[in-house]
Amino acid sequence: MLKVENLWVSTDGKEILKGVELAIGDEETHVLIGPNGAGKSCLAMTIMGIPIYTVKRGEITFNGKDITTMPIHERAKLGIGLAFQNPPVIRGVKLRDIISLHTKKVDDILSRAYLSQEFGGRDVNLSFSGGERKRSELAQLFAMESKLLLLDEIDSGVDIESMELLGKEINSFLSGRSALIITHLGYILNYVRADKAHILLDGKIALSGKPDEIIPWVKEKGFKGE
Amino acid sequence: MSEQRDKAEKARGRAASLGADLDLGQYSREAEEWGRIKNLSHLHNDARKTATLVGVKDDEGFRCGTYFQLDHSVIFESVKREFEGKVEIMSTKEALERYDWVKDYWWRAVQVDTDKYTAQAELNFDNGYFLRALPGAKVTFPMQACLFMSQDGISQNVHNLIIAEEGSDVQIITGCTSLGLESGLHVGISEFFAKKNAKLTFTMIHRWAPGVDVRPRAVAMVEDNATFTNNYICLNPLRSLQLYPTAHCNGENSIANLNSVLLGTGNSEMDVGGRVILKGRNSRGHVVTRCVAKGKTRIYARGELIGENECRGHIDCRGLIGDDANIYAIPMLDGLVKDCELSHEAAVGKIREEDLWYLMSRELNEDEATSLIIKGYLDPGILGLPKELDDEIKRVAEVATEEAL
Repeated sequence: MLKVENLWVSTDGKEILKGVELAIGDEETHVLIGPNGAGKSCLAMTIMGIPIYTVKRGEITFNGKDITTMPIHERAKLGIGLAFQNPPVIRGVKLRDIISLHTKKVDDILSRAYLSQEFGGRDVNLSFSGGERKRSELAQLFAMESKLLLLDEIDSGVDIESMELLGKEINSFLSGRSALIITHLGYILNYVRADKAHILLDGKIALSGKPDEIIPWVKEKGFKGE
Repeated sequence: MSEQRDKAEKARGRAASLGADLDLGQYSREAEEWGRIKNLSHLHNDARKTATLVGVKDDEGFRCGTYFQLDHSVIFESVKREFEGKVEIMSTKEALERYDWVKDYWWRAVQVDTDKYTAQAELNFDNGYFLRALPGAKVTFPMQACLFMSQDGISQNVHNLIIAEEGSDVQIITGCTSLGLESGLHVGISEFFAKKNAKLTFTMIHRWAPGVDVRPRAVAMVEDNATFTNNYICLNPLRSLQLYPTAHCNGENSIANLNSVLLGTGNSEMDVGGRVILKGRNSRGHVVTRCVAKGKTRIYARGELIGENECRGHIDCRGLIGDDANIYAIPMLDGLVKDCELSHEAAVGKIREEDLWYLMSRELNEDEATSLIIKGYLDPGILGLPKELDDEIKRVAEVATEEAL
């Protein structure tokens, strides 16, 4: 479904990704871990096409189509959905306005993301807690029915109980879809089954393998295996 | 009254302190006289549609009564039977003739010699509406008024009087608009009186043409425990607009809210202020402006709070700038006693790229994302209207915004 080949990306004059190789097949869930600053969010934002991330070399293809220079909204229409790590507050634009772009069943979508109806009428992300922002991001991806989910730190700022509920929803939503789950703390892996794990170090995939082998290894030895 | 006329004569050539100085001689005083109509459905189709776009409903559904003025002629006035004895709606000429006491309110809030426009409204008086909620009347449906201009090049000088008597609670929606005008001048004097314990919410929607100049002059007197809310919405292009409504919170616990929602497109010049003078103990004032300037528009968003007693007030101005437009946000706080608490926040700038990208990641192209942000920015939800009226105004605003963008 997604293929990232020899991807070099810079932002703000600084090289962040230095030859990333990644392939996510249909209905596969991959998890990407790595220390702060390794370039995990940069990879997700680049796949989504956020313009401040400049592709210097390499190629991104989605279902066989080269999307490396494609505008954001066209990528979204192809089925790529990004849950932002730090989504912006947009005053005046209600969460309901965004969800209703994709479905009439706004309240159903909200409740699926464990948000009350009242959130639909609120300015998106304004005065949302960390956990509420994550739920709002998920609600939007549920509404878009994205085929490839890029979940950037979806488990940060969410308390354990909420994570359990959300984790189950994510798990059921993932059925028939693909995902790249970026996680720093790895909580989400208690609820979501991943097919493959990657460690991103200094802008490169340093190690890939089975999650139940890689994650315990990182927990024991750290990202650099020291 | 002759004293007022003398003052007006002396102010005939007095330029306003703000806004482009207009040569009043360029506007014709000759306007066709229009006959009365029996109900609003008898309006010409185009006029009816245009009036609807400023919130004036031709079927008078969810309204307690109507005033309709076409150019200089009053063509329709009515109060629905179930609201008789609660509200009064008539032309100000008729009110001056019917009630001797009306003259005590005439030019009491607005000074006749403020500038050439107030003077013109006295010297070339073209009627206006008299809207009154009687003591204790709680009126569930709004009164509506329409000031319509249909003849090219004329000036329309109206003088309105709005009185919410003691303990009344009333909503008013007024639409001022034009059809087929290349140029014209609308001068609107509005004197508001919110008596003790009254609640007066006044929502005005303007929809003019790119060659029309507009000079409203509004002042409100707010008594003990009364609340006056003035909502101003202008989302269509015009040549120039300058207004600076002022509320005198004279009463203890009096409240004034002055809200403006502006979308400037084309070459529009909009100078919109809001001033609250907090004289009463524990009085409160809020001035809120949301504006979007596109094309070559210039918007001046002024807010002023004057604290003369123990009081609280806040100015909140936000503006989005696009294309070659300019926004000047000018908040002013005058704290004249130590017990006043006055504050302001103002922010102007372009649409943030990160907001656009976010919405684009939700499948909107750049233009659609921009439009959604602008519509959200101009959301009349900030006006705090009751739900039914809020929904209605939102629909009106949405049509105007889409058209303008």
